[in-house]
Amino acid sequence: MTAQQPVLEARGIDKVFGQHRALDTVDFAAHAGEVHALLGENGAGKSTLIKILTGAYQPDGGELLLEGQPIHLRDPLHGQTYGIGTVYQEVNLLPNRSVSENLFLGRQPTRFGMVDRKRIDAAAKDLLSRYGLNIDVRAELSEYSVAVQQIVAIARAVELSGKVLVLDEPTASLDRNEVQRLFDVVRGLKAKGLAIIFITHFLDQVFDLADRVTILRNGRKVATQALNTLNTTDVVRMMLGKDVAFDHHPTALTGGPKGAVRVQFQGLSRKGLSPFDLSVHEGEVVGVAGLLGSGRTEVARLMFGVDTSDGGQITVDGHPVTIRNPAQAVAAGFGFCPEDRKLDGIFGDLSVRENIIIALQAKLGWFKALNRDDQVELAGRYAEALDIRAANHDMPVKLLSGGNQQKVILARWLAIDPTFLILDEPTRGIDVGAHAEIVRTINRLREEGLALFVISSELDEVVAYSNRIVVMRDREMVAELDGDSIAPDAIVQAIAGTPPHETREARP
Amino acid sequence: MTRPTVDLRPTQPPLPRPRPLAHFFTRPQVIALAAVLLVNWLLFPGFFTVTWQDGRFFGSLIDVLNRGAPVAILAIGMTMVIATKGVDLSVGAVMAISGATAATLVTNGIPAPVAVLAALGTGLLCGFWNGILVTVLEIQPIIATLVLMVAGRGLAQLITEGYIVTFSDPLLIFIGTGSFLGLPMPVIIAAVLMILATLIVRRTALGLLIEAVGVNRSAARFAGLSANALLLIVYTFAGFCAAISGLIVAGDIRGADANNAGLWLELDAILAVVIGGTSLMGGRFSIPMAVLGAMIIQAMNTGILISGFSPEFNLVVKSAVIIVILVLQSPLSSRLFRRLPGAQK
Amino acid sequence: MNRSLRPLLATTLIFLFAYMLAVSQQPAMLSTRVLGNFLTDNAFLGIAAVGMTFVILSGGIDLSVGAVIGFTTVLVAVLIMWLQLHPLVAFAIALIVATAFGAVMGAAIHYLKVPSFIVTLAGMFLARGGASVLSPDSIGINHPFFSAVQKSYILLPGGGRLTVVGMIMLAVFAVAILLAHRTRFGSNVYALGGSETSAALMGVPVARTTISIYALSSFLAGLAGVVFSLYTSAGYSLNALGVELDAIAAVVIGGTLLTGGYGFVAGTFIGVMLQGLVQTYIVFDGTLSSWWTKIVVGVLLFMFILLQRLVFRAAPRRT
Repeated sequence: MTAQQPVLEARGIDKVFGQHRALDTVDFAAHAGEVHALLGENGAGKSTLIKILTGAYQPDGGELLLEGQPIHLRDPLHGQTYGIGTVYQEVNLLPNRSVSENLFLGRQPTRFGMVDRKRIDAAAKDLLSRYGLNIDVRAELSEYSVAVQQIVAIARAVELSGKVLVLDEPTASLDRNEVQRLFDVVRGLKAKGLAIIFITHFLDQVFDLADRVTILRNGRKVATQALNTLNTTDVVRMMLGKDVAFDHHPTALTGGPKGAVRVQFQGLSRKGLSPFDLSVHEGEVVGVAGLLGSGRTEVARLMFGVDTSDGGQITVDGHPVTIRNPAQAVAAGFGFCPEDRKLDGIFGDLSVRENIIIALQAKLGWFKALNRDDQVELAGRYAEALDIRAANHDMPVKLLSGGNQQKVILARWLAIDPTFLILDEPTRGIDVGAHAEIVRTINRLREEGLALFVISSELDEVVAYSNRIVVMRDREMVAELDGDSIAPDAIVQAIAGTPPHETREARP
Repeated sequence: MTRPTVDLRPTQPPLPRPRPLAHFFTRPQVIALAAVLLVNWLLFPGFFTVTWQDGRFFGSLIDVLNRGAPVAILAIGMTMVIATKGVDLSVGAVMAISGATAATLVTNGIPAPVAVLAALGTGLLCGFWNGILVTVLEIQPIIATLVLMVAGRGLAQLITEGYIVTFSDPLLIFIGTGSFLGLPMPVIIAAVLMILATLIVRRTALGLLIEAVGVNRSAARFAGLSANALLLIVYTFAGFCAAISGLIVAGDIRGADANNAGLWLELDAILAVVIGGTSLMGGRFSIPMAVLGAMIIQAMNTGILISGFSPEFNLVVKSAVIIVILVLQSPLSSRLFRRLPGAQK
Repeated sequence: MNRSLRPLLATTLIFLFAYMLAVSQQPAMLSTRVLGNFLTDNAFLGIAAVGMTFVILSGGIDLSVGAVIGFTTVLVAVLIMWLQLHPLVAFAIALIVATAFGAVMGAAIHYLKVPSFIVTLAGMFLARGGASVLSPDSIGINHPFFSAVQKSYILLPGGGRLTVVGMIMLAVFAVAILLAHRTRFGSNVYALGGSETSAALMGVPVARTTISIYALSSFLAGLAGVVFSLYTSAGYSLNALGVELDAIAAVVIGGTLLTGGYGFVAGTFIGVMLQGLVQTYIVFDGTLSSWWTKIVVGVLLFMFILLQRLVFRAAPRRT
């Protein structure tokens, strides 16, 4: 074994789910003593790759090599025996058990068949002190902060595996100090020669901690590079766009006459999100650009009353409205296509028709039932308008493809004749054809006078339909671009947080 | 995407699917009921004989309907609870409470109609209590309704002061044993309740909204549905159904037995709902099918009785039915079925 | 303080308070005689509740325990009276049958991925039905061994009697406390109750543990059946009707979270004793009727479910 040989290597990995190719011949290699960051927006294939590396999924093509030897992992436990340990964002430990038991579950030392608790506690205390943690190991895990839990999880993973440590968004719910504490631990492990794979959506953390970065987009590897050769803008560009030269130029949208203000948010705020002001006009699409975790979904949830706001005002057509839950939002004429279609969007076992009329029915109330003819007519009309491809409208919606399911949810909101439509990642995880259709639909809805608020990680897509773009970073709206200033490059700069003068210089 | 469904897209909205009787008769529940009835007939050739006597029908078939009515009524309420992904373990105890209330009131000289209304009121109250625990306190349904299952019989005995309260009030007895249009009152009540409940949930949007909440509570919230009000109504209605059942059982034995009225019937009701094809995971439900399920259970009961087995043998048969249903619904067998041609996905 | 101790502490305080209250009303209740009867009368419930504790700790529920008790009494009676087996042999056979029964239910829960309540419901029907198929009528048990066991006891200071069945219950609790808190199996049970996904990722043998838990519960229900037959000298298919509810109530009142993961076997002991106390007090009082037991138990159950929601809703944090 040479120093150049990677500890864990993936070669030409393919993974297909149904008709969706999640990974397309992806190569990846992690070396001993390095922190290797893995970046990509949702749906880029990050989590699929991680699941293959840890054994949760089996690849459909390509191979895994551990220290040069091909390996086949049945499940994460099997991966652990090869020395590949994983720590997940949602700490996968037992909140109800003591810290020491979490460290030693499955390998407790026993005496006469009884678990030797004193020895476990002593060993746990000793182990954690090496990570700079001096805590009461007999206390329940859930009594400690997520940061401490993460370190306990890392300690367990390193203890059980010891070659490769996969950190899957470990910092998502940590504050700044906790992040630093965690990073100190990771640096210590790196010095000990572990190969560390670090997944996050916080770019500053990548630059802070990682040595190299691999960027995925749409299931393909964009690049693997040493981070000292890159700056934030480069990374954002690689994550979001094909390259800087976008073919869509938004000139068609700029300078058009704006309609009246339909929806206005003033000082809307919630813990963990900076208060924001925003108004959306008739026939206008406000696009939201920002990386995952920038607060973009939180803004949408707040607008729709999924999360209740701490303060601020909402007016619709000049009249103040109260929105403390989605039902009130629907009553105010809002619609929301959520990011997680399966979890928050579709009613899998209900028919296409019922999925389309459900919001209208909820709005009408229990007793003004739409009769079957109305339902058939409505579903038919919107299915036709959005080109929903289903063998019939009585089939369960779960049998449709992702793109058609998304159109069903869109149809559901169009059926209530909305004033304001929020779309969170409307093109996520759907095939290319349906993707283009949804973009066309958004454009058409704008032309028909609807006010829209669209969140997307696809930069060229946002540029293609937005009149105005709000850029979010660190849970704050940091920039607003409209008219001529809407250009992918400017957006990238704003997301990366580089000062505007550099932006101008960078422009060709 | 290259789905072949493109060509299948109708140029016009699809017409309502015709539902001929043939469709009904090929349902597994209907076939199961027919099979059970057939076995009963083979065991007892007079099974299908219905006679007219003293202004009402008599016969084993009528008996099945009559004996099955209390569970059928419970199943009507239980169906909707289960459709919301819940369960109500307290209905047997609520039956005892309702019977005790009515019996105690009439023996204390309160007019029978008032007593009946009071009994129905206690049922509504019990159901409402369950609903509050499930919605406001957000306790899991199985745990929330367990409280009343444990305490309910004690409450019933509190009302009857520990005695079996017997009565001779004609109205209460009529509810349990009377007849109308030649059919026993319990059958009439169950049929009317089934039709009314079905009409209400299917003619209003309630049915669809209940199914939506049961299928995906989170998506229901995002679609602007308020699940809590629905859940409250559903649990309250289940309590109401239990109260009706309790009145029938009390009227039948002309007394309220706090210990044994409705004992284990909650389990029969759950079983009836499951046989009727409503999944314990919530979602699609059918009230008539659950009633049919109750009738299947009762037909098996009757069959076991007339073939001379002890009534408890029934329990063995019931457990076998549950096992068969569980195996059929398990992921293992659905994986098996998916391989069969014609299955989607 | 460890928050899972809070409900246990509450139960203990309530028990002590209730006992003092009972004694202040009925001074005769403060005697080892009453205490001895306490243990004897609640032995079968206590043993069954121990099994239920493991099931609930793992996040499940077992509705079949009452029926398994009933079935065991019938099986024991049949084996002794009809097949002329020695009671100890009969007990061994009955316990093996019960354990196998539980193991099958556990396997069904794990492999068919159905809620435990519906599987154990089928188990309940099967056990009750099976018992009445064996014998629909009550079978009296006459055997010298039975009389000998029933007459043996340890005299406590103050005239109380610690009977054999009382001792069996105490032994079961002692062993179960060790099993729950000091063995790998115990850790695995808590792990399943905490999070099945995490437990599986951490290497807990989920299938084996689930099957063992339900086998243990049925074994203990079988043992409770044996104790019941010693207690009543009879086997009857309708014995111990509804005991599963009393057992669940004892477990919850004893501070175990109904959704699993938190609780103590020792708490269940106090839960059983609290139920016994209510019953004994009502007997002593003479003017109250026995139905009050159910109401009081129901109210306690409700209080503890509420208490658990309060304790476990707000997660405390240290750094």
